[in-house]
Amino acid sequence: MLAATLTALPALADVGQIKVAKGQVSVDRMGQSLPGQVGMPLQAADVLKTGPDGAVGITMRDNSLLSAGPNSILSLERFEFDPTTSAGRFDAQLQRGTLAIVTGRIAKQSPQSMTVRTPAAVLGVRGTEFVVAVP
Amino acid sequence: MSPLRRGVAGLALVALLLLSACAAQQGSVVLLPERGGKSTALVVSQGSQQVSLAEPYAAVHLTSGGPQGYRSNAEEVQASFAAALAAQPLPPTQFTLYFVEGKDEFTDASKRTLDGILAAIAERPVPDLLVIGHTDRVGTDAYNDTLSRQRAEVVRNALLARGIAQDKVVAIGRGKREPIVPTADGAAEARNRRVEIQVR
Repeated sequence: MLAATLTALPALADVGQIKVAKGQVSVDRMGQSLPGQVGMPLQAADVLKTGPDGAVGITMRDNSLLSAGPNSILSLERFEFDPTTSAGRFDAQLQRGTLAIVTGRIAKQSPQSMTVRTPAAVLGVRGTEFVVAVP
Repeated sequence: MSPLRRGVAGLALVALLLLSACAAQQGSVVLLPERGGKSTALVVSQGSQQVSLAEPYAAVHLTSGGPQGYRSNAEEVQASFAAALAAQPLPPTQFTLYFVEGKDEFTDASKRTLDGILAAIAERPVPDLLVIGHTDRVGTDAYNDTLSRQRAEVVRNALLARGIAQDKVVAIGRGKREPIVPTADGAAEARNRRVEIQVR
């Protein structure tokens, strides 16, 4: 009965939402580049890109906060979240630019369930706030 | 509040490797002081090499020779990450409203909580709200599923009546499955008769 209640809610199918957007922001989704605007719902596998004057801030459904500065490429590679148990999986990759992160309920419930990658490294989260830069 | 306004802890992380002149820079990672003041840690791996960051402003440079620990500070973080930090969304906040037994009316104290919810909504350019109704463990599942849903709808309607757009508010009921205070089935418990509101 609970599962039926949850699947009936389209807002819960989104993985997150753009809350802050400045300058040039785009979202690559299924081969298309969409303008990234405040209020836009995000889906798993979306890739956010910012221009030289751009910045973007998103709130994920587990309350993780990710925000990227100019000239950034951020992939939301995988996001699964059960709001009842807080169990899930969150993998993001910063391919270029700067990123600030405040982890949410997934990492709080099970720290090893969240990783942030750069092309050179893997960051294992232990429940925290941090920033990452990739030249 | 900006995490950068907090004081720097006294301990320094020891640099694990000397920076070699030819080690190409592949990025950096800095652990920030956490707002809640809880213990934090981050493990940075490059291949088989790992560095743990456990103190505020503990940091690593990612290089072709592996991760190299160093100590950053608020000024350096601000210089490199000001735009990313300025774009950080407001942290989500949660409120709880309590209900009269067996009814979908909230208690007098909870009527005042509604003002705090409206203030949190007003702070956000694109608020979205999740309203989750709960009951205590008096009655059947079917009865409580309906009651919890009614309680969530009462809160949703109270928010809509105050001008919140209906597509911003999702209301669901979880019945008696998730009591805050564990009780025997059939027990009346005021703290379990509640609606939780997450404002994001």
